[in-house]
Amino acid sequence: MKLKKVLALVLIVALLAAVGVALVACDPEDEFKVGFIFLHDESSTYDKNFIDAAREATSALGLSDSQVLFRTNVPESEECYNAARDLVDEGCDIIFADSFGHEQYMLQAAREFPDVQFCHATGTRAHTEGVANYHNAFASIYEGRYLAGIAAGMKLVDMYGDENDALTDEEAKIGYVGAYTYAEVISGYTSFYLGVKSIVPNVTMEVTFTGSWYDETAEREGASLLISRGANLISQHADSMGAPSACEQEDIPNVSYNGSTEASCPDTFIVSSRINWVPYFNYMITQVQNGEAIAADWTGTLENGAVVLTDVGAAAAAGTQDAINAAREKLIAGTLEVFNTANFTVTKTDTLNVNATVDNGVLTAYMADVNYDEAFAADTQVVANGVFEESAYRSAPYFDVRIDGITLLNQKF
Amino acid sequence: MSLKTAAAGGNVKHHKEPLFHLVKRTDIATWKKWLIRIVTVAAALLLSGIVCAVLTDGSNFIGFYEQLFRGAFGSTWRIQVLFQSWAILMCISLAVTPAFKMRFWNIGAEGQTLIAALASVTVIMYLGGKVPNAVLILVMLAASILAGAVWGAIPAIFKAQWGTNETLFTLMMNYVATQLVLFSVNAWAKDGSGTLGVLNYGSFDGLFGLEYIQNVVFVTVLTVIVFIYLKFSKHGYELEVVGESVNTAKYIGINVKKVIIRTMIFSGVMCGFAGFLLVGGSPTPTVNGTLVGGRGFTAILVSWLSKFSPVAMVFVTLLVVFLERGSSQAANSMRLGDTAAFEDIVVGLFFLLIIACEFFINYKVKFRKKEGK
Repeated sequence: MKLKKVLALVLIVALLAAVGVALVACDPEDEFKVGFIFLHDESSTYDKNFIDAAREATSALGLSDSQVLFRTNVPESEECYNAARDLVDEGCDIIFADSFGHEQYMLQAAREFPDVQFCHATGTRAHTEGVANYHNAFASIYEGRYLAGIAAGMKLVDMYGDENDALTDEEAKIGYVGAYTYAEVISGYTSFYLGVKSIVPNVTMEVTFTGSWYDETAEREGASLLISRGANLISQHADSMGAPSACEQEDIPNVSYNGSTEASCPDTFIVSSRINWVPYFNYMITQVQNGEAIAADWTGTLENGAVVLTDVGAAAAAGTQDAINAAREKLIAGTLEVFNTANFTVTKTDTLNVNATVDNGVLTAYMADVNYDEAFAADTQVVANGVFEESAYRSAPYFDVRIDGITLLNQKF
Repeated sequence: MSLKTAAAGGNVKHHKEPLFHLVKRTDIATWKKWLIRIVTVAAALLLSGIVCAVLTDGSNFIGFYEQLFRGAFGSTWRIQVLFQSWAILMCISLAVTPAFKMRFWNIGAEGQTLIAALASVTVIMYLGGKVPNAVLILVMLAASILAGAVWGAIPAIFKAQWGTNETLFTLMMNYVATQLVLFSVNAWAKDGSGTLGVLNYGSFDGLFGLEYIQNVVFVTVLTVIVFIYLKFSKHGYELEVVGESVNTAKYIGINVKKVIIRTMIFSGVMCGFAGFLLVGGSPTPTVNGTLVGGRGFTAILVSWLSKFSPVAMVFVTLLVVFLERGSSQAANSMRLGDTAAFEDIVVGLFFLLIIACEFFINYKVKFRKKEGK
């Protein structure tokens, strides 16, 4: 009886294996291939931004579907390494991964397969690791957030401004839902805040962190909390629709990230900044096709089309688009700097901003952690000529100064 | 012979017979059982193919099966990954088996495995690079087994001493384990990104010259041990008696409390071993809240479907990981987007149909005869 059962199971498995081997017999031919590893799928605004760009860039370059391999829902674990190796086996010439936590797995695969180019968005280690086929890319998205902040400031003035466009302190209170208390997020909310501040000088902002890059419930609750505490406008740096939909429900204007949320939030959507990855995908693919090297650390900018803003929403104040365009020109020309130290003040304590040198509230020097090491030590002086030079020493953000006017309700590391 | 005749023969009060009733089958032939099971698996695959065809506007019915096999067996690497996945799921399935055989409703394998993985990572964090790798790995093994055993023993002690509900208790222990992992990772990840990343020490992957294979060897040995333990040891007999009837066990002089605690410690030790393999047996040792990824629950289904037989479990596990890997590849190659969801659909269809088929193997549905026949 037992023996029969075993025998039957053995036969099933043998049959399955035989069919499998037969189907696999044909080898993939040797053509140019790009593999993409995504943390989630299109239900995440973060990944959708990458997936759309990958589709657009590859089809514009004339690559067929069989030359472009997607791996979605790849967690930041051994699965990432497995997926990378699988893509190598599939004959990929370039493998790209989109999430910060993928970095070490990509780096490991890069060391093992020197003939394949590994590109990783948001990572920090390529410029110091010295692995020739491993590359990082990011964009100066803080400039995009600053421009989005201008739109937010104009909306506040539109709603509450008196005859001199001035707001009371209560009216000038806004909120921000972040993922982690981490340089990328800090750089993002600070630049957004400075954008608002350029229009509303007395603006204050409260920030709450969810401790996750994608947690719809926590993001919704975070936004609701901020609104209940008196925030008159919300922006966010997390990947779900949680915060925008909470804003739509409460009728509070929302400045989005990673793409327009106007379709689901028509009454409250103001504008969204996002990184357009098409220029980078274009660059990495054409470099390899032409037999040229990919830069270890590539920074997308307003100028090369990587930092973009969506069209302003119907809820935005009149004249917003013109104001954004004017500021954009100045940022590109270099006559306007987001992190100009004259535009904000900093308080240094024993536990806060320990890497900063502050003179009368003005940031005069700052040692940032630019180069990767186990201890996460501050290693590079990044303030020069009255400007905190973000994205200059590596593409991924390292601005983690806590400036005055922004209150963190919690911290999530 | 059947229940029906027994009921009709009795001098009972007449009331309306229900539309149908269930009759336990006792006489079904083995080959028939297997025919039903094979047809069921085929039906699950057919349904999955139809789902795939619908999702791709009818263009990918045959393609689904091709990708299913390609994803599981398409390259040497994929076969290695398949068996790596097999080893972990198999190890956890073996771990939950003694407890379920004892009718102890342990749904805490997820937490026991995770806490063991955390124990291994803790050892790496504090000893990595300070002691030779062989010593490090032995300490990891000891720490993992201890952690798993403790996590299994706590609900067992409460159940044995105070009769607490083990299902709720083991479930809560899962959450405690997850939170402890999140807490530790946040404490260790100094860059504030909330991810620990790959640790430089503690991996014994490639022990026998072939990546990802040492776990398979270890788990195969464990399978033999569990098989012998359940079938030939006194312990195995005792836990089976406790499972059948606690009173019988007491009557024949079995110390029920002792058996419950001992069996759960054994389960916990095996979960601990799985956690150790998840960390050390990987080329990229790390820990995060989703490291076990629900396998602690899948293992329960596998164990029950295998009727607690370690031999059957080998194949059921293989079938499940084959469906997981294959359907994930199918979803990727057809750009279905949410690959995790598609994987769940295929594996879910399989479990749903196979459980339904077990029901119909064990019971027969009898419909009410027409009035005035």
